[in-house]
Amino acid sequence: MPDLAGLLSYGTFFLVFASVFALIVLGLNLQWGFTGLFNVGVAGFVAIGAYTSALLTAPDYPNQIGGFGLPVVVGWLGAMVASGVAALVVGVAALRLRHDYLAITTFGIAVTLQLIALNAQALTGGPFGLQFIPKPLSGVIADNLAWNAFYLALVVGILGLSYVAVERLVRSPWGRVLRAIREDETAAESLGKRAFRFRLQSFVIGCMLMGLGGALYAHFVGYIAPEDFLPILTFQIWTMLVVGGAGNNRGAILGAFVVWAIWTLAGGVLREIVPPAHQARAATLQVVLIGLLLMAVLLLRPKGLIGERTVVHQGASTEAKR
Amino acid sequence: MLQLIANGVIIGSVIALGAIGLTLAYSILRFANFAHGEYLTWGAYLAWTALLGFVAVMGPMTPIEPFSFGWPLLLSLVLAAVVTAGLALALDALLFRRLRRRGSAITLIMASFGAALVLRNMLQFTYGAVPEYYSREIQVAIRLVPRDVLGGLRVTPDQLLVLGLTVVLVIALHLFLTRTTLGKAMRATSLNPQLASVTGIDVDRVIRATWIIGAVLAAVAGVFSGLTVQLRPQLGFDLLLPLFAAAILGGIGSVYGAVAGGLIVGLAESLSVPLVGAEYRAATAFVVLIAILLVRPTGLFGEKA
Repeated sequence: MPDLAGLLSYGTFFLVFASVFALIVLGLNLQWGFTGLFNVGVAGFVAIGAYTSALLTAPDYPNQIGGFGLPVVVGWLGAMVASGVAALVVGVAALRLRHDYLAITTFGIAVTLQLIALNAQALTGGPFGLQFIPKPLSGVIADNLAWNAFYLALVVGILGLSYVAVERLVRSPWGRVLRAIREDETAAESLGKRAFRFRLQSFVIGCMLMGLGGALYAHFVGYIAPEDFLPILTFQIWTMLVVGGAGNNRGAILGAFVVWAIWTLAGGVLREIVPPAHQARAATLQVVLIGLLLMAVLLLRPKGLIGERTVVHQGASTEAKR
Repeated sequence: MLQLIANGVIIGSVIALGAIGLTLAYSILRFANFAHGEYLTWGAYLAWTALLGFVAVMGPMTPIEPFSFGWPLLLSLVLAAVVTAGLALALDALLFRRLRRRGSAITLIMASFGAALVLRNMLQFTYGAVPEYYSREIQVAIRLVPRDVLGGLRVTPDQLLVLGLTVVLVIALHLFLTRTTLGKAMRATSLNPQLASVTGIDVDRVIRATWIIGAVLAAVAGVFSGLTVQLRPQLGFDLLLPLFAAAILGGIGSVYGAVAGGLIVGLAESLSVPLVGAEYRAATAFVVLIAILLVRPTGLFGEKA
């Protein structure tokens, strides 16, 4: 039954991508959902992770920096460190100011990183990107489908671990301070909480998860190029979080799967009904559709599918303010 | 050297026009509008459509010497500015106003980010991704300074016109903001919205005026960019970072700051070309942005952060 194999292969691909997105959305949820930080440069932080891990683990690239052939685990850790450092630089510059400044600064770093990815040939391979990114254990698990299933299990495992870790974080006293700052910074400061420091920590941890997501993506596909990290990626991640429900980690994961399903489905339908000559043009409709979805959710169901559970006890305030 | 400065001033005037609208919307509506760049793109393309319409009705455009274009382009510019203003008002009515009523300032940024992608992709769907030009006339650049003085200086008449019109628009806007009731109401709302509405200022009218001015200036900037470079669907998106950098550098809400910021960012971009290469030009705006946030986040002329 070749059809079943095809379907299985397609299914694992879909689930791996959705799980990687879910991990990135978890990172964004920590920043936006729990701390109220507006990161418009998600694609940039994902790209740093993907490129760092590729450069650390790939075999030696000719005429190019990098390709150190280190173990994949080192690459993933390196990805998290690199994204974290970039977040630290951006955070120190922008987090002391009003939230809009963070939006603009993160937008700026994503644009700048896209330029570096495209033009710094010696580091990033330019428009052709980086190839031969090692697939972990592909020597042991030779069968393609089996390897995909193995990688899916790996990614789901990492997603599960991250979910538990982030849940514990946001339920800890540290997480309560984050929400307190989000709701009323002056009140939190008056209780002796240094808002800037907490914001910076939340921002860096969130970006580290995004970097890890980028690395997981790179080692699954085996090839990355600047066009994998366009602003549309940021937009997809945001839509996933808003649709799923900001401030709720299960909502974040659900949103990733739902929006990725809609995106894939819309792409498939457009490919079916539009003649090949007009495919590039029709692909823009896919973006319009997701954009309209985001705006509709913002207007009609601002809390998303499963929104944040109200933690304020009855009598104090019935609804957590945004 | 002189040539780089001149190029910077011309890019800077496009950035300045765009940044004025951004800074006005930012200070009166209190959110960073990521869709503003798309008003530039739509303005530029709408003018191109109008121009094609004029050419279809009246025959090919005869250039007014010494420029590369004729009267039809100027008429198209006016038409495009009107339609772009309509577009901005429609987006406000459909999206931003409703979110504003709910009082969630930061959701507005996200909505504007979504609106930007929708607008850009709709434009690309309509017009395709191939670069276009208003006129294929080849323009002879005038040599203003001989080559042996600081590398010499050559500009096209189009570029000079862009510069001149920018100056005229900025002066007109200055007069509007300082001499008319509506202009004064806008400045009052920007300084203190509660106090402004208490004193009987019609805030809705101020908001409409803000969108119209911003969109008209954006459309003009878009056409200028299309005239001096080319028309691309990414025209506005590529300018968005320089626009933000200029608005913040000048100080949010300050029109003159936006003009100064635009010129500085344009000059920085242009002067960085020999140092880092043309491909990294856009990153210069980012460096300027980070520098101003670290050193003086209120901007050159701003009062509040």
